[in-house]
Amino acid sequence: MSDSIIQLTQISKRFGSQTVLDQLDFAIGRGTTTVILGRSGSGKSVLLKHMIGLLRPDQGAIWVDGTEMTRLSEDQLTPIRRKFGLLFQDAALFDSMTVADNVAFPLREHTPLTEAEVATIVAEKLEQVGLNGSQAKLPSQLSGGMRKRVGLARAIALDPEIILYDEPTTGLDPVLADGIGRLIRDTQQRLKVTSVVISHDMSLTFSIADKIAMLYRGKIIEQGTPEEFQRSRHPVVRQFLDGTSDGPESVM
Amino acid sequence: MGKLKRSIESFGITAIRFIDGIGEFSLFVGRTGHQLVKRPIRWRLVLRQIEWIGIGSLPIIVLTSLFTGGVFAIQLLIALQMFSAENYVGNSTLQSLTKELGPVLSALMITGRCGSAMAAEIGTMTVTEQIDALRAMAVSPIDYLVVPRVIAGTIATVVSCALFDLIGFGGAWFVGVHLKKLDPGIFWSESMYWTDPKDLVQGIIKAACFGLVLSLIGCHRGYQTTGGAEGVGRSTTQAVVIASVAIFVLDFFLTLWFFQEP
Repeated sequence: MSDSIIQLTQISKRFGSQTVLDQLDFAIGRGTTTVILGRSGSGKSVLLKHMIGLLRPDQGAIWVDGTEMTRLSEDQLTPIRRKFGLLFQDAALFDSMTVADNVAFPLREHTPLTEAEVATIVAEKLEQVGLNGSQAKLPSQLSGGMRKRVGLARAIALDPEIILYDEPTTGLDPVLADGIGRLIRDTQQRLKVTSVVISHDMSLTFSIADKIAMLYRGKIIEQGTPEEFQRSRHPVVRQFLDGTSDGPESVM
Repeated sequence: MGKLKRSIESFGITAIRFIDGIGEFSLFVGRTGHQLVKRPIRWRLVLRQIEWIGIGSLPIIVLTSLFTGGVFAIQLLIALQMFSAENYVGNSTLQSLTKELGPVLSALMITGRCGSAMAAEIGTMTVTEQIDALRAMAVSPIDYLVVPRVIAGTIATVVSCALFDLIGFGGAWFVGVHLKKLDPGIFWSESMYWTDPKDLVQGIIKAACFGLVLSLIGCHRGYQTTGGAEGVGRSTTQAVVIASVAIFVLDFFLTLWFFQEP
């Protein structure tokens, strides 16, 4: 597994009586874009949070770039987390800060850049997500989609090695969603970053993914290239791909 | 029998929750102390908090201290008049203010205004994943949010306590000298003669302890928030209730300790 930057081995996580991840094995290839699919509430965000150490598994091991991180303290996790950029599902912007301060936050915390240099990078990142000129606005003055894009600008501010996207296009119109898909692709190609994307957006998934995986009942039940995935005969995958309510997974 | 079993179970659950809470809070205090000594203090954030906690609390501290000093002086005058000892009203009020009323009431005012807000602010950040965002960006929320608030809360409570003493004495002066026409020279000299600087220091030590505890409890409750807006409301209420009770309990033990000091 020398080409894996993230390796999850036998990961289990329970919340109360509910098993969310059940002895899950999964690997993310270095420099690739992996899309994880799964129904709402299937534990995709929980899986993503395990990769960056925001949640700790009840059992199993998580390796990031050669370091096993499940037993590390919060302080010891700091250098590992600096490799990551994370776009949260609801953006998780600091609501007392302006858009510019949100995007500048990781730069101010982790780089010795001057304020002028920070402002230049902030403008550049906001330009990439189509929001340059919104620097002075507060998150409360933005729409859900705009907040998400600011979250994305913040996640890529430090040009991280690994970017985790939790539903990057949810709440965006199709044109913006395509723009975000292009941004994910361009960032991956330009900086050779590793991207892990959680999405329900099938058009985004097939336009950006090198590998697609399906999370179901705490396990990865199918994974492969987009072509392999589309040929899958697994009934749950087929139901998901066909988008029908008839199948092994009930709607209600 | 079933009722007894349920009562025992309920008692057991409450006891476990209480011990669990104490353990969690101790860990939180330990982590805060660790960050405090390990990392450079973010003075810019501390100053911003001092401005909000200290300067922002000035009006309520001024009002409560003025009226508390005044009311205390009136009550004491009623008692002291029976012994023709009205001239001792200044020093009696001042001693009460410096030893008890100043630290306890200023801490309670700051708990109501700022301890609750700390819990609400950090609680909102917890439920909207802003705390996780800090962690994901390799920034310790304890270092960034808790340490500045705890330092600022402690400093602001000490300063507020000193101010409470001063303005409370002003209130007593107004009642004694202006309303009851006591001799200002005697009022002043008796107050200064009988007030031991040690009382003032003890009051300030109390205020520092209360400020530390109310900030830690406010931040901890915020940090432990779960369950959206309702959870934030619950944390805010808990922060005020727990911190207020803690202030009274701590006051008793600190007073007992000072009393035993030679």
